[in-house]
Amino acid sequence: MEPIAEIASYVGYVYPNETVIPWTVMIVIYPYLTGLVAGAFTMSSLYQVFGMERFKPVAHLSLLTSLCCMLIVPLPLLLHLGHPERAANPMITPHTTSAFAVFGYMASFYLILLVLENWFVFRPYIIQQAQQRKGVMGLFFRVLTLGSYDLSAKAMAADKKWIMALAITGIPGAHGLHGYVGFVFGSLKSREWWSSDLMPPIFLFSAIISGIALLVVIYVISCRLRKVPVDMDCLKGMSYALWGFMMFALLLEGVEFASLMYRAREGIEIIKEYVSGPLIVPFWTMQIGIGSVIPLLLLTFMAWRGTRGTALYNGLVLSAMLVLFSVLMMRWNVVIGGQEIAKTGKGLLTYHAEVIGRESLLTSAILLVAPFVLLWGAVRLFPPWVETEVHAPEHA
Amino acid sequence: MTGSATVPDTDSTSKDSVQELSQEQLSQEQLQRRSVLRFFGAAALGCGAAAAAATAVSSQAATAIDKPEIPGYDWNQHHWGYGIDATRCIGCLRCVEACKIENNVQRDAHHFRTWVERYVYLEGEERPHIDSQADPVNIAASGSEKEYRFANRYKDAKVDKAFFVPKMCNHCTHPACVQVCPVGATYKTEDGVVLIDHKMCIGCQYCVQACPYGARFFDDRLQATNKCTWCYHRITKGLLPACVEVCPVSARVFGDLKDKQSPISKFLRDNRTHVLRPESGNAPNCYYVGIDKEVS
Repeated sequence: MEPIAEIASYVGYVYPNETVIPWTVMIVIYPYLTGLVAGAFTMSSLYQVFGMERFKPVAHLSLLTSLCCMLIVPLPLLLHLGHPERAANPMITPHTTSAFAVFGYMASFYLILLVLENWFVFRPYIIQQAQQRKGVMGLFFRVLTLGSYDLSAKAMAADKKWIMALAITGIPGAHGLHGYVGFVFGSLKSREWWSSDLMPPIFLFSAIISGIALLVVIYVISCRLRKVPVDMDCLKGMSYALWGFMMFALLLEGVEFASLMYRAREGIEIIKEYVSGPLIVPFWTMQIGIGSVIPLLLLTFMAWRGTRGTALYNGLVLSAMLVLFSVLMMRWNVVIGGQEIAKTGKGLLTYHAEVIGRESLLTSAILLVAPFVLLWGAVRLFPPWVETEVHAPEHA
Repeated sequence: MTGSATVPDTDSTSKDSVQELSQEQLSQEQLQRRSVLRFFGAAALGCGAAAAAATAVSSQAATAIDKPEIPGYDWNQHHWGYGIDATRCIGCLRCVEACKIENNVQRDAHHFRTWVERYVYLEGEERPHIDSQADPVNIAASGSEKEYRFANRYKDAKVDKAFFVPKMCNHCTHPACVQVCPVGATYKTEDGVVLIDHKMCIGCQYCVQACPYGARFFDDRLQATNKCTWCYHRITKGLLPACVEVCPVSARVFGDLKDKQSPISKFLRDNRTHVLRPESGNAPNCYYVGIDKEVS
């Protein structure tokens, strides 16, 4: 018989079958990436739907980022499944009472929506390239035009309507996708740590802050690499957005935690033991202290003092990186944390992640880097920058 | 023995009829039998060629979908239930061993279709000490993860109260595991058993998470979830689940709830029973006698 790689050590009494942790670090990465998808889309919607001009420099970049993350989202799930070759079955033969069964439809719908919106947004650029370029790349762009070279005012107006419609549909699409991820956990009554009505909004708001934070970091890095000045007005706007959504995210999480402790249902003793012991580093220190309190204080301070220039730049980038780390730790503490508290309510397990292997830390690192490798290529094919934007000719 | 299920013995009645069958019928029946074997896995091998004859009869009566083709068995005629008298259990763990062998469960300390918990209240302590056969101290006592024994670890302590509690899948009326399965690979049969179709299972382990009893586990040989079936391959042939069969003290009781004279009906009539975690809303179907408030 094959040796089992991951046997959890435990204290107290746990059911014998619980010593193999069912959901590994792959299921930590999966909601993290889905969250980045939803968050980045929110960022683009602020410009596309709500017309916030200051976010124009990141509007197209956030759409591309969302798409690149979305393309990687299925991978952690496929790596986790015992039978990845049956991964399409929830869509082919869905079991309608399962929260999981709907995921395939929602994810596919959203992916199509993202591809369409990206296509409309980059259509003028695609047409320009199709007309200018030769060879393989010329062919590539000619295929992407889908035979339409129409950049007339009428066509552009139609495109704009499409973009608006897709962006509006995308808001419930992206947020529904991620809210559903919260529901997968929140609807399980077998684990007190997960079983909460607040789980979907908690996942949603943490997703939004992770998306905004990601865009801050990517935008700043992209400006550096392209040696162009950062649009400080855009950055300032992002710092406000990050601060505002963080308030909601932290408030919801605080309320959830408070009601869990206050309700104090069966098994609360072991939860208290867990919170005051194994969670000191991953939850209290990393997620709350370093990842939430420090950036929140920093952002508040900067907003209060009206910080500008380099100080704002440095403060916001640092805050954004800490928020990205915090949300990753939040996913870890929810997914792994829930499983470390035994269903017996009388024991605690410790998850030992594999370093190398199918569902390992190494795989996780690769999966976390993969969207940005894709993005690296995508921005070369479809530059999302304001200065490279192709406008329809006036006379057309 | 604690009693027997009431499915007619098809083997003896169908032996004669096999001889009367034409070659054509036989080959047709062999095909049907093959589908039965595929459905229930290798455990159905023991049913013998005679069982094939009855397949023809039952398959005609069977509905077009879902209903399994089992010789002489109609799942609408039965509703199985399971009783556990914890006051009788002596913690010999023959049930665990029998289950592992009968169902070819991984012979390690992390995969069990059934297990036994020991609750020991020591003098002056409020909370019990709980362990199962999978506890490292008990494995050390048996010398192997493949053998099961409760170590005499409290021999020098003053014990106030102690008892054993056998555990397994509760084959709930409203199973959370069935609710969450994205492909319907795990399902509730008409006769009250929760089964898994390993050919459909995608191995997401959502059901493992959803079960509040820790009854499910991931079988790395199948790359799918596995759990107790109340030995469905046995009970549909009129036999008892292996754990019930081997229990030397009749702590485990099994039978048909539709038969008022069955051991389980008698058990439920004669005792006031508990179920585990009734607040979960799963409506479990393993009925306990003699358990304590600490048991969940």
